[in-house]
Amino acid sequence: MSIEVVNITKSYKSFTALKNVNLHIPEGELVALLGPSGSGKTTLLRLIAGLEQPQEGSILFHGEDNTNRDVRERQVGFVFQHYALFRHMNIFDNIAFGLSVRSRKTRPSKEEISEKVHSLLKLVQLEGLAHRYPSQLSGGQRQRVALARALAVEPKFLLLDEPFGALDTKVRQELRRWLRHLHGKLGLTILFVTHDQEEAMELADQVVVMNEGRVEQVGSPEEIYHHPANPFVYSFLGRVNLFHGRIQNGKIKLGEAEFETDWKDKAVEAPAVGYMRPHDVEISLRPSEGKSARSVQAVINHISLLGPIVRLDLKRLDTDEVFEAEMSRQRFLELNVEEQSIVNVTLHNVSIYVESQPLQTHPPALVPLQASV
Amino acid sequence: MRKSLSTRGFLPGFGMTMGYTIIYLSLLVLIPLSVLFLKASTMSWEQFIGTIMDTRVLASIRVSIMTSFFAACLNAVFGVLVAWVLVRYQFAGKRIIDGIVDLPFALPTAVGGIALTSIYAENGWIGQYLAEWGIKVAYTPIGIWVALTFIGLPFVVRTVQPVLQDWDLQMEEAAATLGATRWNTFWRVVLPHLLPAIITGFALAFARALGEYGSVVFISGNMPLKTEIVPLLIMTKLEQFDYAGATAIATVMLVISFVMLLIINYLQWKINKFDAAR
Repeated sequence: MSIEVVNITKSYKSFTALKNVNLHIPEGELVALLGPSGSGKTTLLRLIAGLEQPQEGSILFHGEDNTNRDVRERQVGFVFQHYALFRHMNIFDNIAFGLSVRSRKTRPSKEEISEKVHSLLKLVQLEGLAHRYPSQLSGGQRQRVALARALAVEPKFLLLDEPFGALDTKVRQELRRWLRHLHGKLGLTILFVTHDQEEAMELADQVVVMNEGRVEQVGSPEEIYHHPANPFVYSFLGRVNLFHGRIQNGKIKLGEAEFETDWKDKAVEAPAVGYMRPHDVEISLRPSEGKSARSVQAVINHISLLGPIVRLDLKRLDTDEVFEAEMSRQRFLELNVEEQSIVNVTLHNVSIYVESQPLQTHPPALVPLQASV
Repeated sequence: MRKSLSTRGFLPGFGMTMGYTIIYLSLLVLIPLSVLFLKASTMSWEQFIGTIMDTRVLASIRVSIMTSFFAACLNAVFGVLVAWVLVRYQFAGKRIIDGIVDLPFALPTAVGGIALTSIYAENGWIGQYLAEWGIKVAYTPIGIWVALTFIGLPFVVRTVQPVLQDWDLQMEEAAATLGATRWNTFWRVVLPHLLPAIITGFALAFARALGEYGSVVFISGNMPLKTEIVPLLIMTKLEQFDYAGATAIATVMLVISFVMLLIINYLQWKINKFDAAR
């Protein structure tokens, strides 16, 4: 079932959690809501579930308006970060809850409920734990019980609020793989909230990047990583280096490095910011031919050996800006550099954002610029 | 997990604190109570049975237990309500109401008893309207019930309140997303969770009511066989210098209280299984 969020605004006393949010979630997709804490992603999820009411806008399920419908009637599966299992009920009763609270007319028989619960226990790989209490299970097991409980009522779609946030790394990895598998098996629309960009990239078909109550970008993990719409998305999706410079005569100068652009308005002179990933920093011992315009010199401040990759903390000699470079261990051994040595650095794949001219009352906004690299 | 904590204390000072606990309990509780049994044992078995099987004694035990039980029941229901209102809603004067709950603790119970009597007597503020309906409160078991409810009010409120405060609202939200109505959610999710605290509060209110003397003597009218409670009967025996008789009744009351608390503790343990498993 598809979900449509139209022009949603939600504010609490003095704080606006969501501002005019529009979002379309196609049927059957696994979608991540990604953003820092306070970006409104959980609020959006709760609005879709009906646990909160928006001030403005509407929420449609498969084209049908659900904005004013009660949570109980929305048939949404919701999984909470801290599971919210019923502590006084055993696992069986927890999973059966949604079915056993139905009115007598619509309630399945005891046998049907039992059968359903056992098939769900099998699905979440917890057979044999039906008579345990939540307090006797590990975090990962509890989260799977919470999923089974939500699935028991055959929801139209699943909403997961930071589902793996409270778990340790190894269990998280396992559960991610398992959720991916479950999604493939059930074909259900799943929307989950996370602040972990790696989790979003690994799991989701579509990632919705949110910040300060707005949707910054929607796209596949590939799209948002390689074509971020703005500096926020760029810096949120991984480690990033920042270089400050200016745009002059249609060229961008970041210290001694110069980049050609297709910026039409050559008369405009404005501050520009270059963003680049540490793995796009190329390090060589001698200045390389031809690329010198994009090369600068830097000193190695620190070397971190992180298993398969090596991370260098560097400082540019021309602007004193510090930045990071990442390379394979093999490349590092070939280079044979050590701390305090001076190396040549070539900057690849720099995304440059230019602060646009302040127009009357508008606050300065950063606009992306194609840098020909 | 909890077991490994208690089997071998990694906290220092177990011997010393345990020693003080025993001495403290002995001086205040165990020795006085043993003396009670000792005094009672000066009677012969026939004398003992004769004293406690007296119709007046049996009637007073019945009155005491019945009124205490119903008072604790009433407090269990309305105590939860008061705690609920105090925790879940914000309103002007909340602090004041919160303070009023403790008043029966602070007030000398005799004052409470006199106040209740003057209000519920046939010519009192509330008593006159109840009299029109033919309901007599003062000088009847209902009066005792009212007084015992009054003195037991804080117990359930104060035991349930902290549990409600720690309550995870997400459990209610989870129940709602699963389609449970509010009534179902309260009945099947919230209440089972509060039950251990309610039972604790109930047990405290019940035990307190069994021993209450000050407030009841004013409102009950103290009619033998009808509105005479056990503590009053013990006082009467003492005034007649029948010390052995008084201790005999006290012993029986003690045993009854002990058994009741034991039963309640057992219930508590049964209900608490889900917690004990942690």
